[in-house]
Amino acid sequence: MMEVLDILLSASFWAAAVRIASPLIFATMGEIICERAGVLNLGIEGIMVIGAFAGWMAVYQGAPLWSGVAVAMLAGMLFGLLHATLTVPFGLSQHVVGLGVTLLATSTSYYAYRLILPEVSSPPKIEPFQPFEIPILADIPIIGEALFAQTPLTYAAFGLAALVAFALYRTPLGLALRSVGENPAAAEAQGLSVTGLRMGAVIVGSGFMAVGGSFLTLSAFSSFFFEMVNGRGWICIALVVFGMWQPGKAVLGALLYAAFDAFQIRLQQLPIGNVVPYQFFLMMPYILSIAALIAMSRRAEVPAALMVPFNRGDR
Amino acid sequence: MNQDKTGAQSETVLRLNGITKRFGALVANDAISLDLRRGEVVALLGENGAGKTTLMNILFGHYVADAGHVEAFGEPLPPGQPRAALEAGIGMVHQHFTLADNLTVTENILLGTVPLWRMGLGLGQAKARIAQLSKDFGLSVHPDAKVGTLTVGERQRVEILKALYRDAKILILDEPTAVLTPQETDALFETLRKAVALGLSIVFISHKLHEVTAIADRCVVLRHGKVVGEVNTADTDRHALASLMVGAEITPPEVSPATPGRALLQLRDVSTPSEGAVPGLDHVTLDLKAGQITGLAGVSGNGQAALSDLISGLRMPQNGAMIIGGADQATWSPRLAVHAGIARIPEDRHHTGTIADFDLTENTILETYMDPPVSHAGWMNWSAAENMAQEVIDAYDVRCPGPSTRIRLLSGGNMQKLILGRVLERNPKVILANQPVRGLDIGAITYVHNRLLAARDAGAAVLLISEDLDEIIQLSDVIHVISEGRLSPEFPRGAKTPAELGLWMAGQGFDGDAHAA
Repeated sequence: MMEVLDILLSASFWAAAVRIASPLIFATMGEIICERAGVLNLGIEGIMVIGAFAGWMAVYQGAPLWSGVAVAMLAGMLFGLLHATLTVPFGLSQHVVGLGVTLLATSTSYYAYRLILPEVSSPPKIEPFQPFEIPILADIPIIGEALFAQTPLTYAAFGLAALVAFALYRTPLGLALRSVGENPAAAEAQGLSVTGLRMGAVIVGSGFMAVGGSFLTLSAFSSFFFEMVNGRGWICIALVVFGMWQPGKAVLGALLYAAFDAFQIRLQQLPIGNVVPYQFFLMMPYILSIAALIAMSRRAEVPAALMVPFNRGDR
Repeated sequence: MNQDKTGAQSETVLRLNGITKRFGALVANDAISLDLRRGEVVALLGENGAGKTTLMNILFGHYVADAGHVEAFGEPLPPGQPRAALEAGIGMVHQHFTLADNLTVTENILLGTVPLWRMGLGLGQAKARIAQLSKDFGLSVHPDAKVGTLTVGERQRVEILKALYRDAKILILDEPTAVLTPQETDALFETLRKAVALGLSIVFISHKLHEVTAIADRCVVLRHGKVVGEVNTADTDRHALASLMVGAEITPPEVSPATPGRALLQLRDVSTPSEGAVPGLDHVTLDLKAGQITGLAGVSGNGQAALSDLISGLRMPQNGAMIIGGADQATWSPRLAVHAGIARIPEDRHHTGTIADFDLTENTILETYMDPPVSHAGWMNWSAAENMAQEVIDAYDVRCPGPSTRIRLLSGGNMQKLILGRVLERNPKVILANQPVRGLDIGAITYVHNRLLAARDAGAAVLLISEDLDEIIQLSDVIHVISEGRLSPEFPRGAKTPAELGLWMAGQGFDGDAHAA
């Protein structure tokens, strides 16, 4: 029992939680933007993979780290454009298109990796983002190390969440975006372009998902390997519901999930880890996520027009 | 009302010129021309399907016309662009409101009025402006309420405010009174008169003649997509307008006095749970007597659905008793309801009344497919089913190519006749008629009403649920009003005026209310 308490009071545990949450926050913000505009983007998993790959490859080829992030974002936006074109003007099933984009983006990344590096057996490394200690704040015990000694991409994730929250609720663009997700007919009757807004949301949202993916290769690890995204995209889909489509609550959800994840890694190293199979610990964050999801999502207000294609002139 | 202002000097603010729109083989609008002058209320009158809504959707840029053009304030309006119509000062209040439920009143009004890339929304200023407009036009509504929590009347006020906020000079109202109580309608007319006095021009779409004569200066009548008449309301009367609209003299059904028998279906102190904002039944006691039409008046969403679901077998009472033919019902289901002799004419014939891609035969036997003669020991007898469908088609004048036609291809009136025939052919004891004539033209309405009266005279107990108070008053032998799930006492025919019923519909007169107020 004491050992569990030791984990919860250690700065490294909380720092790990914040670090694990960062890519989830990027991708969840991207998904919130898409879903608030009425488009479920199941391409998220594959878009994170392409982001992780494209960002890493750019840096491996000699680009600066921030350019790598930009390349990842552009790659994500490209797949976002594909998703948006199929689901918005063509009005195809968002489930089918989303899964298709995930498969396409994932295999494109793996294929390109093999094509560019045919001879490599162990993944090559790059020099990733280093932690940046914010003066004074980083000296606060526990909190300082957890929050203010992270890499710049982590700060950017939290900055993005604040920006998305502000944009959604405090700007005309955010209002327009929410309205096309709630009642596109109302938006059109007010002279807004439903198609334009939805496509824009999917493209930009996909860009942020890809940045989330690139966090894995440019900040968390230093190389790209297969299966590295490992279902994080699907977790983000659940986090959107958990956060009731609100950026602030989604960030809390991401932190909660990340804390569970960091916790289970440490539990595995305790004596109890010799008795209980490690798969059980791996399972924990998912089980707790599902439980929390059930508890939270009952009173969620789903965007009313989520997954409803809009065709002008239809009655 | 403002003959003086519509004199020679008044300008034409809106001109529709030879508008034609086809949907496949159907000509919805056939070379329609229409002028609207400043400070004038023009009524666009016509039956369902006459092309009124299509015309307005073209004007507002939702559809593109096949021929013809629109001019606003002397400038041609580019087709197919709602934004252009808005910028030209045209505001439209749609029949089905275009509001987002999860946004507040202010957000709904602001939508599209602020440049997208501006940083702030300017909520404070906007609220002040909305408050001012509310005061000027008598449109009270709370600016911070979520639209989903508002009543239908309040939502309509938001729609009108939306147009006024954009400085609309021309207001188009598509069937604005269809969902309102008589009092709310009066309040709406008060608002419209204020708007006209301030120089706005209004197109008022309706098929309710008394409203048209009350509010409009001029009346344009559409039939089958064509303009068939244009008259000043001062020079005409309802009867003449009705004949113009239908194209023939219409005779409303003769309603003879009823001879009520014993109660066939009784509810005793029945309650059902609420579902979200829609109330369930609240201690309802009701007797449906043989040979009598019981009318249920009320604004939609006040418990009609709960009552209808209860009688049709879709839900059980939470407490209280339902007694059918003298026997208390311990178990209850749609199939038991059918077997108990309850005929169900559902509110939404497309979603719950028929299966669109099934043919007429299959739709005819939807309720009886498991009983002889249609099936024996689990085997279908399709020729018996087809005979049954053919009988309904012949007896109820269902216009169709034959029993193997998919029902989706039928008009609403013919679909409703099939549903009517399907249930009435079984000589039901109780008939649940939920909005039986919604969306039908006058010919079909008369037909359905006559059939219901005939069933009544044959000894059936009829429950007529309708949002159209005129229909309730015309047909019902006794009337109940439903409001927030509560049922008023029984009023015999003629005991209450429409205005008095309207007060009940708005929730006044119920016992619990006296204490609350």
